[in-house]
Amino acid sequence: MDGDDEGVAGPMGDEAMFLNGGDDGHQQQRGIKAAMGGEQMDVEAYASLYTGRTKVVRLLFIADRFGNDGIQLEALRLAYDEIKKGEDSRLYREVAGKIACRLGPQYALDQAWADAVARRAEQRKDKLDNELNVYRTNLIKESIRMGYNDLGDFYYAHGQLGDAFKNYVRTRDYCTTSKHIIQMCLNVILVSIELGQFLHVSNYVGKAEQTPESPDPITVAKLRCAAGLAYMEAKKYKLAARKFLETGPELGNNYTEVIAPQDVATYGGLCALASFDRTELKNKVIDNINFRNFLELVPEVRELIHDFYASRYASCLEYLENLKPNLLLDIHLHDHVGALYTQIRHKAIIQYTHPFISVDLHMMAGAFKTNVSGLEKELKALITDNQIQARIDSHNKILYARHADQRNATFQRVLLTGVEFERDVRAMLLRANLLKHEYNQRAPARKA
Amino acid sequence: MDSVEALVAHVQALSGNPEEVSHLHSLLKQSEDSLRSQASRLLPFLEQLDPSKHSLGYLYLLEAYSSGPILREQASGYLLTVVEFINSCSAEQIRLTPDKFVSVCKSFKDQVMQLQVAIQGVAPLRTAIRKLQTSSEHLTTLHPDFLLLCLLSKCYKAALSILDDDIFEVDQPRDLFLYCYYGGMINIGLKRFHKALECLHNVVTAPMTALNAIAVEAFKKYILVSLIHNGQVPSFPKYTSATAQRNLKNYTQPYIDLANCYVTGKFSELETSIQTNIEKFQADNNLGLVKQVLSSLYKRNIQRLTQTYLTLSLQDIAGAVQLKTPREAEMHVLRMIQDGEIFATINQKDGMVSFHEDPEQYKTCEMIEHIDSSIQRLMGLSKKLSSIDEHISCDPAYLTKISRERQRFDFDDFDSVPHKFLQT
Repeated sequence: MDGDDEGVAGPMGDEAMFLNGGDDGHQQQRGIKAAMGGEQMDVEAYASLYTGRTKVVRLLFIADRFGNDGIQLEALRLAYDEIKKGEDSRLYREVAGKIACRLGPQYALDQAWADAVARRAEQRKDKLDNELNVYRTNLIKESIRMGYNDLGDFYYAHGQLGDAFKNYVRTRDYCTTSKHIIQMCLNVILVSIELGQFLHVSNYVGKAEQTPESPDPITVAKLRCAAGLAYMEAKKYKLAARKFLETGPELGNNYTEVIAPQDVATYGGLCALASFDRTELKNKVIDNINFRNFLELVPEVRELIHDFYASRYASCLEYLENLKPNLLLDIHLHDHVGALYTQIRHKAIIQYTHPFISVDLHMMAGAFKTNVSGLEKELKALITDNQIQARIDSHNKILYARHADQRNATFQRVLLTGVEFERDVRAMLLRANLLKHEYNQRAPARKA
Repeated sequence: MDSVEALVAHVQALSGNPEEVSHLHSLLKQSEDSLRSQASRLLPFLEQLDPSKHSLGYLYLLEAYSSGPILREQASGYLLTVVEFINSCSAEQIRLTPDKFVSVCKSFKDQVMQLQVAIQGVAPLRTAIRKLQTSSEHLTTLHPDFLLLCLLSKCYKAALSILDDDIFEVDQPRDLFLYCYYGGMINIGLKRFHKALECLHNVVTAPMTALNAIAVEAFKKYILVSLIHNGQVPSFPKYTSATAQRNLKNYTQPYIDLANCYVTGKFSELETSIQTNIEKFQADNNLGLVKQVLSSLYKRNIQRLTQTYLTLSLQDIAGAVQLKTPREAEMHVLRMIQDGEIFATINQKDGMVSFHEDPEQYKTCEMIEHIDSSIQRLMGLSKKLSSIDEHISCDPAYLTKISRERQRFDFDDFDSVPHKFLQT
């Protein structure tokens, strides 16, 4: 994993390498522990899962979220190192501002470096623009595509995501093979995810999947992840879960500029728990060999899924609680943690009550590690939503399943329908008459 | 002078059989203007006529008389004359000139209202409606006036015999608006909320090209009554005119806020929302209804509890529906059990309430009779529907419109065209 990480980061930071060679080694020394484990987050381990822009953005996100000075500074320091490898002088100034000299002179704003980068960027941009103009006058499709692509890469590296997006999209007209199209789509998806525009993401995933030649397994896995993210952002957890579960093990560390395999396990696991029913959970998650590989990376999620399936709700909920602080620091998941957690909890409660005619609330409260009155409230909400067919005996603290009397319900419905029909027909006849009247009233006027 | 006497003589001579009456009708029409010019002197001549035999002539004279100003001292005499006429006139003769009859009744109604003796007008107007209408499904112009008098005199029950008729034929849309609006108010007064909703619903969904004040007021009441009766306000059905859909909400904002607040089921919020708009409700004379909305929230919340609980202590009920003491909760539950709104028993020893399922088993004779009567009613209604359908498909105006439409469609799908119009 280490070697891989360095390899991907290398080309991106080539030009800036000479300035921060020392830090680089230091960063990787500590090795990688399980990123999600434990109470306190290991920022370095977490950061090492990602490469490219997303690493910086994620670190900044953590820094913004944390009041705690130590972790905030740690995150900022890592972000600083990472940025220095790249060329985004604007982001650099921002991070340097945030550090505000709290990390000593080594991490102060390096004005000279920033200016140099900006100057170089200016030159390079002119060069690329010129090249592109030449290509366009010559009307060589492939070269024009390359030109736009280079411009897109350039803007992306400098943090001008909007421009990068535009240029990547422009290459579309000059794509000749499915390989080009897929490359274009992947570029657009990457930028769109950074921009938070997930509508584009699902759009371009669709385009990429429609190419006549089937792409290689790694690309397929990437596309699945991107689609899953898009669905998750749209709060369509079931579809998101399906996409994550379909992600092949080929993903490995090939898409670290967007998502780490650990994330696939967490996102997919939580979405699946929140939206699947028991059989689906068994067939698609627990018995899914591909996904099992991902789950091995995050043993907590694996355990909690198994606990959920085995109806050990207390330990399942405990795992969830432990995971929560770290999940809240995830750039994609944090908005959805609350919704997913309540859905999972409701599912657990519904499943618990399902097989019984009567349930002792004291026992149930024990199983869910809560008190009776709290549980009663949750049950009440679920009954009101018609998710549990049962009624609470609040005196003896017992939940009784309720079986609707089909015959009576049918009678009730029939009578109601009759009354409604009668009312509607009468009202309709009356309206018809009024319309007729209006027609009569207008007729003479037309003659005159 | 001569002409009136001559006319009276004609009336006396020509009231025997239908042909004579129609001849008399044309004579009377010719002398209409001269009658009007001598309006104030006509009263003595009326005494020479018998309202039951000479109804048509009597009507013309009476109408001419009432079109002039009526002095205060003559008013009670005038009222008596009209009441007697309404009670004894012959229905065939007055139906020859319904507008004259209506105008007499209207001036009668105005007089009654001016003298603030609305109750005196209730019975005569009911008779007048029965004599004027050709069938019980016919809405006359007198209907709204009658209901107005019932409302003013608070004789709600007197209006029932008219209100319970199904109305299908309408002369004037305005009559229908007013009739349904007043009818809705009377039904509210009698606490027949489902009927009131039906009436107000008719006003709100009636076809209209321009918004009118009646519809706005009716919509306000419709919102309140829907909340009391159903706990929510249904959205406009799709046949509602575009004008109503677009504009009604703009004029009824406080009521819509109230409805939104009600749905949350929080008593204190509803109370504050009412307090902020209390002047508007008062100005609309709807404060009483608004208070009923407020108290209906208790009921609704208690009813909701029956869905989730088998037993619940009075203390918890009071907490759940935001009542102050368990004692109050007990009163509410008790009243609801009495009214048959919930099925429950109170155990005073433990302070527990056990909720039961609806004990109705749909096995009793009464229930079967009830179902049978519903079926009969629906069958009658569907017969009517098919006869109207037949009628429309023979209607020349409809056919010309269809044939015009048909040209625009391909021959292949002309079959679907009639269906499209049958549904509207």
